Amino acid sequence: MEYIVEMLNITKEFPGIKANDNVTLQLKKGEIHALLGENGAGKSTLMSVLFGLYTPEEGTIKVRGEEVVITNPNDANVHGIGMVHQHFKLVHNFTVAENIVLGYEDTKFGFLKFDDAVKKINDLSDKYKLKVDTSSLISDISVGMQQRVEILKMLYRDAEILIFDEPTAVLTPQEIEELMGIMKDLTKEGKSIILITHKLNEIKQVADRCSVLRKGKYIGTVEVENTSVEKMAEMMVGREVNFVVDKEDAKPKDTVLEVKNLTVRNHRLLKDVVKDISFEAKRGEILCIAGIEGNGQTQLVEAITGLTHVTSGNILLKGNDITKFSVREKNNAGVSHIPEDRHKHGLVLDYSLEENLILQSYFEEKFQERGFLRFDEIRQHAKKLIANFDIRSGKGPTTSARSMSGGNQQKAIVAREIDRDTDLLIAVQPTRGLDVGAIEYIHKQLIAQRDAGKAVLLISLELDEVLNVSDRIIVMYEGEAVGEFDPKKTNENELGLYMAGSKRSEA
Amino acid sequence: MINKFKYEFGFLPLFILFALVAPLIFDVNTSTGNIIYSTVLVVILFSYIGLRFKDWVVNNIIDAVFYALLFNVIFILPGFFKDNETLLSADRFVLIVMTIAFIIYKLVGKLKASKSQRLSENKTLVDLSGSVISIIIGLLFGLVIMLIFNPSQAFEGFWIILQGGFNEGFRSLGNTIYFAVPIILTGLSVAFAFRTGLFNIGASGQFTMGAFVAIFIGVKWGFIADINPLLHWFVAVFFAIIAGGIWGAIPGYLKAFNNVNEVVSSIMLNYIAMYINVLLIKKYIYNTAYNRTYDILSSSETPGLNLQHLFPNSSINGGIVVAILTVYLLHVILNKTTFGFELKAVGLNKSAAKYAGMNSKVNIVKSMAIAGGVAGLAGALTYLVAGKFLIPETVILSQGFTGIAISLLGLSSPIGVLFAGLFFGYLQQGGYYLQLLDFKPEIIDIIIAVIIYLSALSLFIQKFVIKGLKRRDDKNQQSEVIEGSDV
Ligand SMILES: Nc1ncnc2c1ncn2[C@@H]1O[C@H](COP(=O)(O)OP(=O)(O)OP(=O)(O)O)[C@@H](O)[C@H]1O
Ligand SMILES: [Mg+2]
Repeated sequence: MEYIVEMLNITKEFPGIKANDNVTLQLKKGEIHALLGENGAGKSTLMSVLFGLYTPEEGTIKVRGEEVVITNPNDANVHGIGMVHQHFKLVHNFTVAENIVLGYEDTKFGFLKFDDAVKKINDLSDKYKLKVDTSSLISDISVGMQQRVEILKMLYRDAEILIFDEPTAVLTPQEIEELMGIMKDLTKEGKSIILITHKLNEIKQVADRCSVLRKGKYIGTVEVENTSVEKMAEMMVGREVNFVVDKEDAKPKDTVLEVKNLTVRNHRLLKDVVKDISFEAKRGEILCIAGIEGNGQTQLVEAITGLTHVTSGNILLKGNDITKFSVREKNNAGVSHIPEDRHKHGLVLDYSLEENLILQSYFEEKFQERGFLRFDEIRQHAKKLIANFDIRSGKGPTTSARSMSGGNQQKAIVAREIDRDTDLLIAVQPTRGLDVGAIEYIHKQLIAQRDAGKAVLLISLELDEVLNVSDRIIVMYEGEAVGEFDPKKTNENELGLYMAGSKRSEA
Repeated sequence: MINKFKYEFGFLPLFILFALVAPLIFDVNTSTGNIIYSTVLVVILFSYIGLRFKDWVVNNIIDAVFYALLFNVIFILPGFFKDNETLLSADRFVLIVMTIAFIIYKLVGKLKASKSQRLSENKTLVDLSGSVISIIIGLLFGLVIMLIFNPSQAFEGFWIILQGGFNEGFRSLGNTIYFAVPIILTGLSVAFAFRTGLFNIGASGQFTMGAFVAIFIGVKWGFIADINPLLHWFVAVFFAIIAGGIWGAIPGYLKAFNNVNEVVSSIMLNYIAMYINVLLIKKYIYNTAYNRTYDILSSSETPGLNLQHLFPNSSINGGIVVAILTVYLLHVILNKTTFGFELKAVGLNKSAAKYAGMNSKVNIVKSMAIAGGVAGLAGALTYLVAGKFLIPETVILSQGFTGIAISLLGLSSPIGVLFAGLFFGYLQQGGYYLQLLDFKPEIIDIIIAVIIYLSALSLFIQKFVIKGLKRRDDKNQQSEVIEGSDV
């Protein structure tokens, strides 16, 4: 028996789209098998089929050589299949332990045997070095820890076949390192892993084999060792991909955004999360705020965009003080913002794509007349952005945002914000969850925005992106700006030292 | 530009012009004159609405003409036919045929509007079958209860319930509509709030406040009638809406600015409304002789609009017109306006709404105020009727709670609520005639409640409908593939 899981000739259709078209995937026992494909290629769908969330129209699934029918996640559990979803499925006002046990509770006389459960969780967490705090609420812990909770949830159910759907998109480089280590340990224990990721170097690092999907179709499976990163990218996109962004030198002009001694206090934690930061962003440059997640970048952006109150300091846009402006006033004054959390801020998931594309502009002349929406214009607008930004979905403008693939949701937001054509574009992790082709495209767009005379403020955790795209870099550590760099005169190591707080330049 | 011309420079002036000029050209008080006059006006008005809003309710000239005819059949012709029973019957017959034909026409149109070939993705079909199936289940449960309490008469009784609003022809139909009006409006109140992410369990309190204010004005403000007899009713209704709106805005304000759950605060406001009501009635409009409020002045009664000819001996009045207008108004607000776009966005994802620059706090207050206003309107229309009065007792009026069930049954859509409310009125009429048999009124209430609450399970039933339809879709698809391979 060679394969532990075989998905043979799977076809799964959604309204208007064949998400999987005769796809075959074979997983060997004890291997890490990468699944690669563009946004909307059907990776999450294929895995949801294996996990019992969707029933395929055609095809068979074999587990340990036997044909099985998986109609719901409980069936999947029975066969030892566990999944960490692209967007976590945790109950936010439950504790870590409660989330792990949920749906798999062990009871005695109808009472939860909670102590036993906690003990099992702690054992697992020690064994696999998955550090979690069992009694914290999910809403209080970091994304990285939430992911460890999801992994523990699978292990708690004794899963042997582990599916990771884009686990690294939301992690810091350090956390990614850890996760890679954990996955290797898991395979040593005899577990088999399917890993979805858009980051080819991660595949290089841990995966044994890699299967590629393109527009729902199966392209092929390769041995990772013998295949170059470029080759994999080409298999997936169908053309060659440029990994290095070519751009001309920036020609900074007048200042668009000026931040003066900005401080933001978190009243719950009783601490300043942004401390006395000052900088300027000029027309025609991409200024990047780099740093490890959780060092105040989020709050800095929220303060600039009006989502958080400024404790002290000033924000000037084109010379006007906008510190006290509301979000709407800031939007109108010329700020657009690709938010960090696409499901929380970026989209109304139950609105259609076209509605999401006018989320901040529905009240403009163009889209309304005396308070009545102009549906024809809205449709035209959506069609234009869908074509320009290659947003793929089942039903075009009327697709509900919820049913779109993660990467295409992101593309929709990027399209909307760039299209708003403002003087300042704030992009927080704009390429999170995008495939290499789409990343290339978004980077080109950011540079085009810069060249069109806008100020671009890029917040990114990815050092590649930081070094490749930006014209100037400010590193944030614990809420402070600890150094400013020219990307051409610095490197990953130097930035890393500043980001980790072991070095700082005195301004 | 062309659109602008059509809308602003085309229809509205045309409407006003015709309204003013026509009476000078021909006598609008003769039957033909009156019919022509109203037909033309309604056609112009609805063509305008249809073109302006591009809405499935009114979307082409056929609709506009149809509504004009319906308008005549309901409001104009009975006025002329009132002394001739044969003509009235003919009119009723035409009304029934037109209504049925139109509902089928609209339904088919809506069913066909789905772009997907697959039945399971046809939202209208799924919604509709879900509701129909759950109503059938509800009715069957009603039958079971009847079998338990009164086995010998259960089937006879069940037949009476099924006949509902048709038990006594147009009389009971009129009463069906009359009883449906308040329920449609409270259902609308709950549904509107729900669509914007709020649970308005306080419709009872808002209803009570509206009712009190309406009666108060109906009893005390006779001086308005001296200015213009119609004005009295309008003023009473207006202030009832304001009162309900304030009562709704309070929990909205607490929710938006102090993060107080609207469910808790509006339940408390139900009680507060109840006690205030007792207090104020006793203080201002208490008829001690009968232990109830004074009768309202006849000038403040809801106008009948000729409906009493069509539905003889029934209690029907113009309230249904107000209810339908409100349904359409809220439908348009929710689906066609930037205001509705904001309200729904705030309800669906508060953080995203904030990110988009919408003022979610103010929107929450506005939404609750509107919901409250509609419930207040329900209170006014219930009590601005001759012979209706409030009793100063400490009981929470039930209409608000029925509204919750109606909102569920109507799937929180204004148009759905309209039909759900009529269904409720229909059952209530059935229950009324059930008293002819040996059923106690309490049992009848239980039966109706069971039917309504089970019918409201349609969301749950929909899941099964989708499953069933999917299976059919897959079969169809397979046969298509086979056919295709022959070629
Ligand atoms: N529940 C659904 N209803 C309708 N269409 C869907 C649904 N889920 C996915 N789709 C469509 O199926 C296609 C494949 O989506 P899927 O989520 O599998 O992509 P993916 O490969 O995981 O992409 P990404 O890298 O962006 O996450 C997309 O076009 C998407 O719009
Ligand atoms: Mg995906």
